[in-house]
Amino acid sequence: MTPAASVHVEQLTKRFGETLALDNISFDVSRGELFGFIGPDGAGKTTLFRILTTLLLATTGTCSVEGFDVVKDYKKIRNIAGYMPGKFSLYQDLTVEENLNFFATIFGTTIRENYHLVREIYQQIEPFKNRKAGKLSGGMKQKLALSCAMIHKPDVLFLDEPTTGVDAVSRLEFWEMLKRLKEAGITILVSTPYMDEASLCDRVALMQNGHIMTISTPREVIRNYPLSLLSVKAGDIYNLLGELRKYPGVHSVYAFGQTAHVSFRNREVEKDILSGFLKKNKHESVEIMPIEATIEDCFMELMNNNH
Amino acid sequence: MKRFRGFVIKEFYHIFRDYRTLLILFGMPAVQLMLFGYVLTNEIKDAKIAIYDPSKDVVTRKISDKILSSGYFILERNLRSVTEIDPVFRQGDVKLALIYEPGFAQKLEKTGTARIQIIGDASDPNTANMLVNYASGIISNYLVSMNSEQVPLQIIPEVRMMYNGELKGVYMFVPGLMAMLLMLISALMTSLSITREKELGTMELLLVSPMKPWQIIVGKVFPYVFLAFADACIILVLGNLVFGMPILGSIFLLLLESFLYICMALSLGILISSITNSQQVAMMISLVVLMLPTILLSGFIFPVENMPMIMQVLCHFMPPKYYIIIIKSIMLQGNGIGYVWRETLILMAFTAIFLGISIKKFNVRLT
Repeated sequence: MTPAASVHVEQLTKRFGETLALDNISFDVSRGELFGFIGPDGAGKTTLFRILTTLLLATTGTCSVEGFDVVKDYKKIRNIAGYMPGKFSLYQDLTVEENLNFFATIFGTTIRENYHLVREIYQQIEPFKNRKAGKLSGGMKQKLALSCAMIHKPDVLFLDEPTTGVDAVSRLEFWEMLKRLKEAGITILVSTPYMDEASLCDRVALMQNGHIMTISTPREVIRNYPLSLLSVKAGDIYNLLGELRKYPGVHSVYAFGQTAHVSFRNREVEKDILSGFLKKNKHESVEIMPIEATIEDCFMELMNNNH
Repeated sequence: MKRFRGFVIKEFYHIFRDYRTLLILFGMPAVQLMLFGYVLTNEIKDAKIAIYDPSKDVVTRKISDKILSSGYFILERNLRSVTEIDPVFRQGDVKLALIYEPGFAQKLEKTGTARIQIIGDASDPNTANMLVNYASGIISNYLVSMNSEQVPLQIIPEVRMMYNGELKGVYMFVPGLMAMLLMLISALMTSLSITREKELGTMELLLVSPMKPWQIIVGKVFPYVFLAFADACIILVLGNLVFGMPILGSIFLLLLESFLYICMALSLGILISSITNSQQVAMMISLVVLMLPTILLSGFIFPVENMPMIMQVLCHFMPPKYYIIIIKSIMLQGNGIGYVWRETLILMAFTAIFLGISIKKFNVRLT
């Protein structure tokens, strides 16, 4: 364990009956780091967070948060951890202010005492402080939930899919807030199914089926992408995908919105030859561009390798 | 302590913002009381009877008068022949028929016996049984008064119903209703409110806080002690004012015993919520496993003595039974703790057992 590790996980495995939710996972998160777990539903993110927040017991392996063991010292962790579950879990029949007040009270503090911590987030929903939490919009709910998870000044913050179901603007705002919290020295573990959010983390762990495929900085993940990549655009995206797959030397083809990302094993790709091939197959307005891989490309590639 | 207070305040918010439940909580005792008091009564009042009196002499008239002036019966029809008995019962209004033999007074004078037939409509056996008893009671009363000068050697058992001389239904259903409603509010409401937190996911947040398990549990049930207690008072006051249900013993002891019973029911509610994670299951368990036995096996509606042996044994495990015994003893007989200490101890034991199991089963983690 590195001395500055805030969260330490070693060979963690969790089974639910026959299913393996987490398979021999190890990682360290440094103090003050913004660490992201990226992966689709069912990757094991929620299970991992529940084990770290002492809600579930691991099948094998050890974990500690701020040096406290999640099994032996669970009571101590419950004093220093802030947790925001994936499902909106506040009292819908209480108002915004009552919810925040309640969570402050059960952690033995008051809103006034720690107002400076949540000010930036809470100020945005404060105009609605007398509104019932159940009547808030998705983005405001998340802000309130984050405020409630923060109000007791936790050392480590666990945010399970905080931006799922939130509009693009609110998502950006949310990540801005996380950055500021990080600057205040709080260790933040956040999970998300959105690949584009990975670049906002200090380090990310790409997860799939209970495995961590890689742990690295987002930049490093992209740099380690082993293939060359082209973005291909044409009128008929559906047929385009099929024909690209037939093209010699193509490793993989994925649709990204209205474009196709095509990867090649050998680094030298003749753009013009590919363009000619497509035009011959009656594709119109073909645009081909070499691009840098996104986290999603990396994720797909890692997933292919694991299978 | 501050945490605990904050928790209880939150719990009261939940309760007072849920108007519908609140209405049920406080409307139910009144409605139930009225239902049991006025509709479901098994008291006899103005039962319709038919009389076939072929002799029409002094004695039969006197007997008929006695019966009709008792307040229990009213005459629906004078029958002209025995053949009319069957159709008159089939019409359904008439519950009882009196048939005198011809020459009733003469026979009574000559031989010392005359026969009278009482026919009850046993499609409702309980009522029929009671009506027949009432009628024969009135007749034998009359005979006694007639024979008063020349007392024949006869043993007439005189049954006197103590503490509820008029066999009033209220005396039975007010205690029964209290047992039932307090059980419903305490056990059902607490088990629902705890499982609701589990369903909403807020239990997760409470667990990941420094709140201790007992603080969470006690904080959740605390408000329901008051609600249940308020309901108990409503039933007692209504029962007393509207139906004349007496409270002969100490009110303080009565409330104390009710408090004990509420605690027992609350711990049962906690136990239910500790074995399930969904409101629906909690509701099913509360209704099916608690309510039905409370109604059926506590002696509330059906006397325990009439049940088959195995049911009687089962009745011993029904906490409401003991509560009903206790409050009847206090309210109707004016007894003190000296008479009900055994039942009180049993209720305490139930409470301790339920609480013990729930604390053992309470999970500091998710299951």
